[in-house]
Amino acid sequence: MRLIAENLTLERGGRRLFADLSFTADAGEALVVTGPNGAGKSSLLRGLAGFLAFATGGVRLEGGATQASLQEQTHYLGHADALKSALTAAENLGFWAGMLGGGAADVAPALARLGLPHVADFPVRALSAGQKRRVALARLIVALRPLWLLDEPTTALDVGAQALFAGVMRAHLETGGIIVAATHAPLGLEGAKSVKLEGAPLGVGEAA
Amino acid sequence: MNALSALFLREWRVARRIGGGASVGAVFFLILVSIMPFALGPDLRLLAKLGPAILWIAALLSTLLGLDRLFQADAEDGSLDLMVHATLPLELVVLVKCAAHWTTSILPLAVAAPLFGLMLAMDGPSLGLVTLTLAAGTPALTMIGAIGAALTASLRRGGLLMAVLVLPLSIPVLIFGVSAASAASGGLAPFATPFAVLIAMTLFSLAAAPFAAAAAIRLVRE
Repeated sequence: MRLIAENLTLERGGRRLFADLSFTADAGEALVVTGPNGAGKSSLLRGLAGFLAFATGGVRLEGGATQASLQEQTHYLGHADALKSALTAAENLGFWAGMLGGGAADVAPALARLGLPHVADFPVRALSAGQKRRVALARLIVALRPLWLLDEPTTALDVGAQALFAGVMRAHLETGGIIVAATHAPLGLEGAKSVKLEGAPLGVGEAA
Repeated sequence: MNALSALFLREWRVARRIGGGASVGAVFFLILVSIMPFALGPDLRLLAKLGPAILWIAALLSTLLGLDRLFQADAEDGSLDLMVHATLPLELVVLVKCAAHWTTSILPLAVAAPLFGLMLAMDGPSLGLVTLTLAAGTPALTMIGAIGAALTASLRRGGLLMAVLVLPLSIPVLIFGVSAASAASGGLAPFATPFAVLIAMTLFSLAAAPFAAAAAIRLVRE
């Protein structure tokens, strides 16, 4: 499996965020998108997820399930946690498992992998920001999808949870998944490629 | 659990929990119907004659009241983005959300209508017809309202705009609903003709509105 993005140009509100951006990521590879605030990291991820239209270029996933569209093979984790505060953590995750295709893991072990085995029956409104974030991250585990698009995935996470999530990401890469993450903080992924967005000049290279 | 039942169950739970919208419409319906006799006076014949129209207007306004959060709440917490990624087509997402909304928020109005009709001095046959026409016609109101809710999903105070967009489209439903419901209380038309048109409008909106609402969601989320 291989994610190929070619000649991407994105304009938002009359401003060109980046032009002719090309990169690839093979199965088991992680791609870290870096750049200053407003450089277009989130917009790039939203474009890859299919929420924004690129002015030029396109994205495709080669060698995956041929029946499924790119969107059906993609997990998108944005700034919002996409959790209903009136429902419990388990109800939220059960819903997304059904909605996104599920079948990968049960809710309880998924929460346990992110260090939250005890909150399954708590309404989400009673959880802290970091706990909500962990429940949102557990969504990546309960539904099996090869391409993960993560926008600042470690926001509000404590050090222990960041380490747990790094383990989850490594396990995903080992099973042939692809991760594209926009972040300011190091994610604990060795050998990740990086894409730098800095306004005009663009570069793709190897970085730590 | 498949995606359809997962979505329906979630919508149902969110509506029934504290802070959900299920009871808002019913309470508003009760308020509107119960103040009518005070405003119109104690003329029982007049009340009975206006009863079907009052119940229908109350149902229309209660429907609009609850619908503005249909997609807005999901747009705010990021769920709407992910629903685009679901294995379900967005048209089906719209249909299931509307079905859940109708069963939790609007169907109780139709069920309670005979009770409220008693306050308007309506007789047995009229009560039956009002309940029947509300049950048959409110799905059309919900589906038409869903188009407006989808168009205003990303607007913070989109409720008013939604009402302005949706109200003209709901007027035919109101006209045929009330004329079918008034058949037993001295209405101008016989029951069958307006009722058939009402059902036709419900079926048409069930078939067409999901496509319009899904297109609106895709458009406004850019």
